[in-house]
Amino acid sequence: MVKNMDEKLVEDKAKVLPGDVIAEGDYLSGQGTYKEDEKIKSKFLGVARTEKSRIRVIPLCGGYIPQEGDKVIGRISGIGPSHWWVELDSPYDGYLSISEGSDEFIDLDNTELSEVYDIGNMIYTEVIKVTKEKDVKLSMQDRICKKLSGGRIVRINPSKVPRLIGKGGSMVEMIKDKTGSRITIGQNGIVWVSGGDEDLAVGAVKTVDEKGHEKGLTEKVEKMLKESR
Amino acid sequence: MKKDKKLLKNGKRIDGRGIGDLREMEAEAGVLERADGSGYFRMGDTEAIAAVFGPRELHPKHKQKPQRGILQCRYNLAPFSVEDRKRPGPSRRAKEIGKVAEGALSSTVFLEEFPTATIDVYMEVITADAGTRCVALNAGAIALADAGIPMKGIISACAAGKIEDTPVLDLKGEEDQGGQVDLPIAMNADTGEVTLLQMDGMTNIEEMDEMLELAIKGCEKVAKKQREALMKTF
Repeated sequence: MVKNMDEKLVEDKAKVLPGDVIAEGDYLSGQGTYKEDEKIKSKFLGVARTEKSRIRVIPLCGGYIPQEGDKVIGRISGIGPSHWWVELDSPYDGYLSISEGSDEFIDLDNTELSEVYDIGNMIYTEVIKVTKEKDVKLSMQDRICKKLSGGRIVRINPSKVPRLIGKGGSMVEMIKDKTGSRITIGQNGIVWVSGGDEDLAVGAVKTVDEKGHEKGLTEKVEKMLKESR
Repeated sequence: MKKDKKLLKNGKRIDGRGIGDLREMEAEAGVLERADGSGYFRMGDTEAIAAVFGPRELHPKHKQKPQRGILQCRYNLAPFSVEDRKRPGPSRRAKEIGKVAEGALSSTVFLEEFPTATIDVYMEVITADAGTRCVALNAGAIALADAGIPMKGIISACAAGKIEDTPVLDLKGEEDQGGQVDLPIAMNADTGEVTLLQMDGMTNIEEMDEMLELAIKGCEKVAKKQREALMKTF
């Protein structure tokens, strides 16, 4: 390969717009980018990142599209003969079959499915399969999946979820520690807050959503939590 | 229209612009709180606001495409946007502009990433002084990027025209009414792909080429303004 053709035109962590050329030549096109005439271009309004020779763009905004392996929070929106429909704040509803929905045997002759999960219930669940046509299959088999009762639901922009979790969970652990609340975050931007100082925890989550792009965010949120004590 | 009023005087136009000058522009992203993405664009006395919703579930269901998503556009002139109050509601003209705007914008969006879903773009012209479809498209393109929709690039639009047998850029109201040709185009200024090209009036190939050249240069300037606006967000 011709090495001197390769050129990175945008520095790491720079803001890019759709269509901006990030690199030319021997780079790999990662998530959020596309390749056209040997040029790697951005798909999103986002931040360009380079890992070795792979270029990614992390979007700054946008909705949620289900991906296999995501842990999400959803709302039961419909019940079928042997399955539930789950709203995921995305254009595609999730399908939770009875075998994936519960560890225990459910005798359909004597039990209503609504006794397990009723319409309006919130569940923390895992996306196990997404087909090409975007049929989304969910599962409750993982041990951390559960029905969420009590507490409060906060919606944030899905692109801010990594910020809310922080490096190695630093941000969410800090909020949990300072407020004593239990916090569960879905990749789709739905956050469940329960127990402890709920008001304060919800406030902190919303601050992350609003100021997610600013630098030194963890310190800011920490200061905010300290002051409101 | 009075015949004696000159639209061109020694290379200057009625508002003092030269032949290849755009009107003063203003652009902003994220102007509406409840929309997934929004944009504002102004060119002289023409202003438009655009809101983007989606990708979201598409109803009625028979419109859904199993392999890809669709993009739906609405173009609307506000009743107060023109001199005599415009009767509200979609007219033949508004529906048609919505349709061509759909074509202009959807060619850059990666619709295959959203099978069965829709992306809705609502473009509202709040003050009209010629070139409304271009300004609406510029606002719409900003709104799409602001909504985090994956795209090949940002669409920029601008019109060229002919007044008193001279090709000029970006007609304003009086020039549009008294002029001979109006030629709006929309394009991806980075790649040079033209996604909308309309014309009304009479011209010949040489003038057409000249006007296209002017319009393409205009689109590049518009693209810079859109970039500025989007870079300011977040």
